[in-house]
Amino acid sequence: MRKILLALAALAVMAVASAFTAAGSSAPASASAIPGCAKAALNLVGDGTLTVGTDNPAYPPWFGGGTPYKGSSWKINDPNTAKGFESAVAYAVAQQLGFTRSQVKWLYTPFSRSFAPGPKSFDFDINQISYTPARAKVVTFSASYYNVNQAIVVVKGTKIASVRSIRGLKPYKLGAQLGTTSYQYIVNRIRPSSRPAVFPKNDAAVQALKNKQIDGLVVDLPTAFYVTAVQVPNGKILGQFPTTAGGEHFGMVFQKGNSLAGCVNKALANLKRSGALGKIQQTWLAKATGAPVLR
Amino acid sequence: MGSGGDGRRSAAVAIVSSALFVVVVGFAITRAPGWDEVKRTFFDWGYFKDSVPEIARAFKLNVKIFCIAEVFILAFALVLAVFRSLPGPVFFPLRALAIVYADFFRGVPTILVIALLGFGAPALQVQGIPRSVIFWGIVSLVLVYTAYVSEVYRAGIESVHPSQEAAARSLGLTRLQALRHVILPQAVRRVIPPLLNDFIGLQKDTALVGTLGAIEAFNQAAIDTSATFNYTPYVAAAVLFVAITIPLARFTDWLILRDRRRRQAGSVA
Repeated sequence: MRKILLALAALAVMAVASAFTAAGSSAPASASAIPGCAKAALNLVGDGTLTVGTDNPAYPPWFGGGTPYKGSSWKINDPNTAKGFESAVAYAVAQQLGFTRSQVKWLYTPFSRSFAPGPKSFDFDINQISYTPARAKVVTFSASYYNVNQAIVVVKGTKIASVRSIRGLKPYKLGAQLGTTSYQYIVNRIRPSSRPAVFPKNDAAVQALKNKQIDGLVVDLPTAFYVTAVQVPNGKILGQFPTTAGGEHFGMVFQKGNSLAGCVNKALANLKRSGALGKIQQTWLAKATGAPVLR
Repeated sequence: MGSGGDGRRSAAVAIVSSALFVVVVGFAITRAPGWDEVKRTFFDWGYFKDSVPEIARAFKLNVKIFCIAEVFILAFALVLAVFRSLPGPVFFPLRALAIVYADFFRGVPTILVIALLGFGAPALQVQGIPRSVIFWGIVSLVLVYTAYVSEVYRAGIESVHPSQEAAARSLGLTRLQALRHVILPQAVRRVIPPLLNDFIGLQKDTALVGTLGAIEAFNQAAIDTSATFNYTPYVAAAVLFVAITIPLARFTDWLILRDRRRRQAGSVA
């Protein structure tokens, strides 16, 4: 009796599963708009799904949507909502490659896992990761999806808040998030007299700024706007730093040599040409412009 | 003479078996499919050379944290252990305090104590409370390791036979004098090896202060690694930690040996 029940249950599961796959294939999955990048030919971690990695919590303006639904594994903003700049870009790229919304799967990937050697568990990781030549020896980067400037956040009314030049920042204790080019910027360009602090996550860095354990926090400009708007209400953007030679840009991270990167680059080129990428940027990062430039 | 021959022979066997072991393990690792990638990303001589000076500089902070914390741990833990071994109902509150303290701080992961104090205490914004993360890192390590080390001391105190105290008291020493001049000297000497063992643990746990933003060896290595996506700086940091803990371990061995020799000499005389 028990065996029969089990068999019936198994049958039911199979029926449901096949119904779902049938629904999936009959859905009007827009065919890939890019020649040579048919969905079936893409080098994917999971068949038929685009697995995208990002960190958790995911912060605005890169990820949005506010408090996720109950049961979501994302703490602040669920990337599945397609809200926020990076989530929107990922879905736009996915659509270019012929994936439907439901065929995009998000995977929690701390920054340190994004470049760990060995096979990757995501197709690409999108997490405000800046391209550098040294990094590109280990992973493959997509083309730029955002050209970024660094900025510095301080607390209103503190001594550092009246500084107007890069040189004026030297005597202060600055901080940045681990692994960011913001840290490199402090060390290589600002060259402060005391060693900067470096924090494993954004929230730790923000807490240190609130506690006045650091005087200034260097982050990318859009993050600076989020920090001052939400995380440190009495904070202000002291200014953004001038674009460095050659510029700095965010790229998606792929397993070294993954052919998928070529197709994603074509998708990004399409999105740039059609103005879609500009529109996404307008939607999510419009507020993130217009901070005074420190010289 | 026979024993000398045996010694040489066993030395030869040890050398051969060690060599064989290294060859087999080395062969297995270098034949792994991912070995080339691991070699490139973990053992890059160029990155190693570049990262060592900076990590070594950052490592000074680890040593500083270790040295300062150690002094306080040794003192506080001894006080706590003495509290716990005080007899009589009058001292029950002190005993209870020592037990609760040891239970609590051995139970909470060190990294949590560091995060809670390092970010929480300065957030109070109370005038006079230091904001330095290194200060709070040291405080956390002292709190946690005091709990461990007090248990080590206690084991030492309890290993001294009660007749020792009885003899001391019968000579007219007060309870405190007996503790100070008879019990503790014997107790501490016996627990030096486990004490040093805890120091080695402390030496390594200084790296946890890095989570507060202080740039110590591990954090510096993490910065270098995330800048290049190459893990060699981690290996460099590991080499530095090992370079300081191995002498400490050998020193422990030597202390044990010396102590044993002395006691044997004492028993003969």
